[in-house]
Amino acid sequence: MDAEVFRAWIVSAAGVIEANRDHLTQLDAAIGDADHGINLTRGFTAVLGALGTSVPTTPGAILTVTGNTLISKVGGASGPLYGTAFRRAGKALGDAADVDLPALSAALDAALAGVKQLGAAREGDKTMVDALAAATRAFGKAVADGASQDEALACLAEAAAAGATATISMQALKGRASYLGPRSVGHEDPGAVSTALILGALRDTARAAR
Amino acid sequence: MKKLINNPETVVTQALEGVAAAHPSLSVDVENKVITRASGATPGKVGLVSGGGSGHEPLHGGFVGYGMLDAACPGEVFTSPVPDQMLAATKAVDGGAGVLHVVKNYTGDVLNFQMAAELAGDEGIEVVSVVVDDDVAVQDSLYTAGRRGTGATVFLEKIAGALAEEGADLAVVAAIAREVNERSRSFGVALSSCIVPAAGKPTFELGEAEVELGIGIHGEPGRTRAALTGATELAAVALDAISADMPVTGDLLVMVNGMGGTPLIELYLMFNEVRKYLEARGGRVARNLVGNYITSLEMQGFSVTVCRLTDTLTRLWDAPVDTPALRWGR
Repeated sequence: MDAEVFRAWIVSAAGVIEANRDHLTQLDAAIGDADHGINLTRGFTAVLGALGTSVPTTPGAILTVTGNTLISKVGGASGPLYGTAFRRAGKALGDAADVDLPALSAALDAALAGVKQLGAAREGDKTMVDALAAATRAFGKAVADGASQDEALACLAEAAAAGATATISMQALKGRASYLGPRSVGHEDPGAVSTALILGALRDTARAAR
Repeated sequence: MKKLINNPETVVTQALEGVAAAHPSLSVDVENKVITRASGATPGKVGLVSGGGSGHEPLHGGFVGYGMLDAACPGEVFTSPVPDQMLAATKAVDGGAGVLHVVKNYTGDVLNFQMAAELAGDEGIEVVSVVVDDDVAVQDSLYTAGRRGTGATVFLEKIAGALAEEGADLAVVAAIAREVNERSRSFGVALSSCIVPAAGKPTFELGEAEVELGIGIHGEPGRTRAALTGATELAAVALDAISADMPVTGDLLVMVNGMGGTPLIELYLMFNEVRKYLEARGGRVARNLVGNYITSLEMQGFSVTVCRLTDTLTRLWDAPVDTPALRWGR
């Protein structure tokens, strides 16, 4: 996958986030403070602007610009967390012009490690980590098993969506939803849902690009 | 949604333009969302920077001025500001004695201030962060993001600001800030939700005869819902929670704070209920604040914050302050 695919992924992710702006905000209203879709839309709109002007030429540089812009524009917890995820992934990809599946797997692992470190969240805490960890695990296994790119990315996106769905039955232990205690059970975590949307966009973009 | 705005997207910047127009004592960078004292950094004085989502006015911008903050960074409504803002504020107020970051314990604020402190450190500015976590409604810190920072923020910014004005060094200012936090507890109650402008509708629905107990300051739901009772009972709910966590004897600084949509007549009525409760348990309300100091847009409700004073804390509370929202003694 080259820089064009990664750029197309980010553009597609921005579109999917904007299309789900109200849905994400509504999920956040139930257990948080009703701004997740609003904030991510503002951030990805800024990312589109940044990618339009700086013209990064490698996959790593595209993800780094995405991460830096999200940190500068989103605020809240999701800005630093998503920003760190994209920056770590970008750093892991280095300046390679083309990214193969093992390299992408390593970059996703780096993103997950960055999010877990910064947010001090673990799987089961009802956060974006639940979607991201399930996705990276499924992707790594698919790649190790010799899956094709389409198959591996399908595993990634499906596991992310399943990871998000699994947060419904969890009690939040991190973030603003944790203040609700047991009342957080029964609601899907908005950060896990946005993670699944962004990774779903990667699957769809890569498939369309071939 | 009925609000006095032009466009949900421009609420914060247009409000900042109004703050700039109303308060010549402040310097407002509307584009980068940084409020500083118009007089600039004070050489040799520890700088105090705070910040957080907008929608809590007068917190924090209304507390920028002599004897309190040097800078405030307002984020979008209920959204933490970003590290760029905090770094710009930190650089603007550094008088060579280092900078104290006052951070309310919300995940977003903590993460963004953490990043800003690292960036400031890279530029050679010494930064110490103090995290405020006074809200007893969040009960079990092992299973949550920890107690939220609410009303004690006002006390802390006033008292640490007074000490910084006297020329104390960064470690000493940080120590008194932590002391205020440790000696303070808060509890909030909502009678209605607020409406985030960009969302356009109430964050939660409360029945006509319901209250939300243990509310935060962002319209996030509290821990339990209960039937609306009289003011005496609601004061007792809040103060039972506080006094279960900290003795409320001796000289106390007490704030009865409106959430933005509560008439002052009700806040005064509630303050007297709070005073009676505390006096019956051996407390003396030595100092008080009654009014809207840390709000949640147009939410109806109140919060109580109690700080156990020492002679030093009382002296620093009484010290001159000159900001848009707190002004005395100068």
